[in-house]
Formats: sequence, structure tokens, C-alpha cells
Amino acid sequence: MSIDQNTAAKVAKLARIKVEDEALPALAAEFNTILEFIEQLNEVDVEGVEPMTSVTPQRLKRRADVVNDGNQQEKILANAPDAREGFFAVPKVVE
Amino acid sequence: MSDLNKLGLAEARDALRKGETSSVELTEACLAAIDKADALNAFVHKTPEIALERATAADARLKQGEAPAMCGLPVGIKDLFCTKGVASQAASNILQGFVPEYESTVSQQLADAGAVMLGKLNMDEFAMGSSNETSAYGNAVSPWRRGNDETPLTPGGSSGGSAAAVAADLCLAATGTDTGGSIRQPAAFTGTVGIKPTYGRCSRWGVVAFASSLDQAGPMTKSVRDAAIMLEAMSGHDPKDSTSADLAVPDFEAMLTGDIRGKKIGIPKEYHMEGMPAEIEKLWSEGTAMLKAAGAEIVDISLPHTKYALPAYYVIAPAEASSNLARYDGVRYGMRAALEAGDGITEMYEKTRAAGFGDEVKRRVMVGTYVLSAGFYDAYYNRARRVRSLIKQDFENVFAAGVDAILTPATPSAAFGLGEMSDADPVAMYLLDVFTVTVNLAGLPGIALPAGLDSQGLPLGLQLIGRPWEEGDLLNTAYALEQSTGFVAKPGNWW
Repeated sequence: MSIDQNTAAKVAKLARIKVEDEALPALAAEFNTILEFIEQLNEVDVEGVEPMTSVTPQRLKRRADVVNDGNQQEKILANAPDAREGFFAVPKVVE
Repeated sequence: MSDLNKLGLAEARDALRKGETSSVELTEACLAAIDKADALNAFVHKTPEIALERATAADARLKQGEAPAMCGLPVGIKDLFCTKGVASQAASNILQGFVPEYESTVSQQLADAGAVMLGKLNMDEFAMGSSNETSAYGNAVSPWRRGNDETPLTPGGSSGGSAAAVAADLCLAATGTDTGGSIRQPAAFTGTVGIKPTYGRCSRWGVVAFASSLDQAGPMTKSVRDAAIMLEAMSGHDPKDSTSADLAVPDFEAMLTGDIRGKKIGIPKEYHMEGMPAEIEKLWSEGTAMLKAAGAEIVDISLPHTKYALPAYYVIAPAEASSNLARYDGVRYGMRAALEAGDGITEMYEKTRAAGFGDEVKRRVMVGTYVLSAGFYDAYYNRARRVRSLIKQDFENVFAAGVDAILTPATPSAAFGLGEMSDADPVAMYLLDVFTVTVNLAGLPGIALPAGLDSQGLPLGLQLIGRPWEEGDLLNTAYALEQSTGFVAKPGNWW
């Protein structure tokens, strides 16, 4: 499996990271080096092996489905790059 | 007492108990050492006011008696831990200006135990790196040098600032985190002790997430005893982390008897890597002989899937990172890139993440995005998770056969010069974690401790891997090995 520039551009788009066109060939080459390394995994017989979901075989704890926190609007907005009138502010979302 | 910053946790604790010194004196000694050590770039946010305030409170508590073991002891905190009111950037520009409104559970537990925070420590960006060269703060520099050669060396990574600070006696101990070796590899490079506990032993709440199924916090210290003391303070169940284990935390220090007679120590044949320096092989066989001399039984073991640990890690860790780092969107915290007229929300995301993330972080987020994308999820991500099951099974088989701990080298080489790996492809850097990454994939506890110096005078470390939840027994084996190696070398103060 080899990644070309178009695939690299698509991955960058999916990851929401802007990559300039001239940087795409080098990026594709790096991906290919890493993927070549990863492809060693194809040598392993994984027939009948379950994919690991949790490294410790314990059940996740449950808690009562109740509100146990809140009313921290100021704290939550304190680190926002742009907050106005109690909201996060972002550029235009829909045309 | 003089040179208070050079004390370890146990020595300082005992001196405080006897009234030979005070927490304020210890803290002032460390703050003075930190101010003289800017060349190491280990402390990236200094918090002297908080430190002295906590030290004063600790002294009052000590006078009343009944203070916990960590009370009054000055430590550094890796920048990955969120600390209330103190910048916490994970060494990334994307978190520029982020000042948490909350405290991570681990750093809160340390504070509750009376530990004194001196400041935040340098690291690789989002803990992605093995040399502390991906940090937005610039490189951390090892206090160690190759003899009289002034080439600046890496303290390792990602907990490079923590390792440099402990090795240079800027603090008594520090917190680290370990996703693929980020506590153990820098400990080995700097002649310090670092333990990654069993997955779930320390709460991950408030620790900036890299790969959630692998990340664990742990202490970086000057001795095995110190590691036992600090790990106990950091451990325990936390309802805010659903993967944190609801298990009692033993008194780890009380388990340090040094008696390992009858313990079975496994030597895995797959860790004899091709091209490994003879010095590392020698260190390893000497360590084996020391454990044998201490009464342990040495057995050859096989962990057949070792070779596939790094490739599996470089699917699973980037996949989890791509998901975890999706939160850095320029909306809720950190920086937002300058936008042009007409830019919408997509441009804001793309420009912010392009400007805020460094190259290695972008590379891993994009690799993770790729392996999780439609059409490749099974081929890469699910296959890697299957291989991970096999790697864990390897360890389970060995433990079921009665092995108590496994001895391996901590790293395939001594520390290298900063910049020396810059021309290498990313995979060459990844190979530095070859002996440590299996432990994260299997969720096991692992400890690195110094065992000798190489021909250039640089520290080399050995790693012991233990059974899940048996950190106490693992620490005791490490303690026995520490007594046998008698490692006391320290770097000369050139900084």
C-alpha cells in the first residue's frame, strides 16, 4: 500500500490540518516510511484472536445517572480564544 | 545541612522528621539550583511563590506531627499535568496561554500529601518523542556529557525535563508519564530511577491525553526507595477516571526488604537485538549475574511477538492520538490562528492546527487519521489490536509459568547528542522505545534503574518488568539490583 499526494491531501483534510501543496510530496514519503514499518504486522497470524479493547480485564464502573457537576460557565469560558456574552465565539459556520 | 537539593525523598523526609532541616530550606535550595540551571531548560514554568507557600504550610503540618511521607518535599511536575492557575501546555504551541481551572488528580494527591511544587517541566510536545526535541519550549538538555566533550546530549523523552531536573538535583523527584517508554527511557539516559505502574494504578484525570489505553503517570526519582514513596502518593482509585483501578494501594516502601531469594527472573531471548552495542549486552548479563548472586533463579524465556510491538504501537498510539487531539480546535482553549476575511470555521480549524501543532504531532495525528479511515480500519487498527492481544498473551504465558519479573536493557543505546537523529527517518527514532513499548501494550508495571556507565561515561539502565498490580514486588527486585550495582555516579556541574 503506497500513499500518493492525493491521499496525503485527503488525510490532511480529514485531520483538519492545513498542509501547503508543496509540502505534500514530503508528507506522502514520510507516511510511506511509517506504513512500510507498520506493514510488518501482516506477518502475524491473527486468525481467531480478539482485538484488545481494554488492557485490564475489569468492567468499567457505573455511576448513578444524575447531574453531579455544573454551573461553571465562567471557568469553562476562561480559556477560550474568543468568548462573548457567555458563549464560545467562532467564525461563520453556515453560508 | 548543605546541598539540600541533592537529597533524595527518603533522606529529606527523615531529615524533616528529625528537625534537621525545614521544607522552606529544602525548597529554597531547589529554587536556587533551578535559577542557576537555565542552560538545561528543564523547568519551563517556575512557581517559586506557590512552592514557598506550600513549604511554609508543610512545615506547620510537620510540627503538628502525623504528616504523610511526601510532606514538605519539593518536586517538579511534568507539563502534561494540568495544574490549577499554572500554565499547562503539554509543551505545545496549540495550548499557548492555557491556564487550567482544575488540578490533575495525581498532582492534587501529591499536594494533599504535602509535596511542594517547584514548577512545570519540559517534555516532548504532547509526550510524542524520545529525545525532548519536539518541545515548543526548545530542547531540554541532559546534565550528562561525554567526558570533556561539550556536545549537548538529550535527556531522553518524552519526560526529558523531569529526567534532567532530577539528575541535576534541581528537585528531589519529579512526575513523569509513560505511553511507550517516556519515563523509563529518560531515566535510563540520565542515571535516575523511573517506574511506570500497571495501567490503571494512577489516575489519568487532568493529564493531557496522548494515547488513552497506554498512558500512565509515574515517579522519576534518585533511588528505588524514593520511587516507592512517591508512587504510593500518586496511586489510588479515582472516580473521575473510569479506567482507574479500585484496588488498595500497598505500602510499597515497607515491601523493600532486598530479599529476592527464590524469585524467578526471566531473560527474554527476543531482546537480544541485532546491532545492539556490546556494552548493553554486558550490562544486561552483569545485571542477570547480580540477581542470581542475590538468590534469584534465572530462567530463559521467550516473548515471541516482541518484534511486532513497535509496529502495533505505531498504529494504536497515533490512532488514539488523532482522536484525543481532535479537541484542539481553536474554540475552547489555547491558541486560534489569525484568520483572513471570509474564512469560515473549517479554515479556522485547519489553520489553527497547522500553526499550533509541531511536525511530529501532525505526523502522528495524520497517521492515526489514516489508519482509522474507512477501508483501512480493519487492515491496520483492528490488526494492531489483535497483535496487541498476542503481545499481552506472551507475558501472561511467562507469568503463568512462574516468572516473577523480567530483566531487559532499558534502551538499545546510551543518550545521543541533540540533533544527531535529525536526519534520520521517523522510524529510527521510534526504535529507541523497542524495549519499553511492550510493557505499555500489555499494561504491565516496568521500572528502569541505572546499572553502569558506558565507555564515554554516560549512564546505562536496566529494566525490570513485573506482574500486573505487583509494583511492590517489582520495586523490591529493583531495590535488590540497586544494592548490587551500587550506582552512585552523578554528572559534573557545568551548567
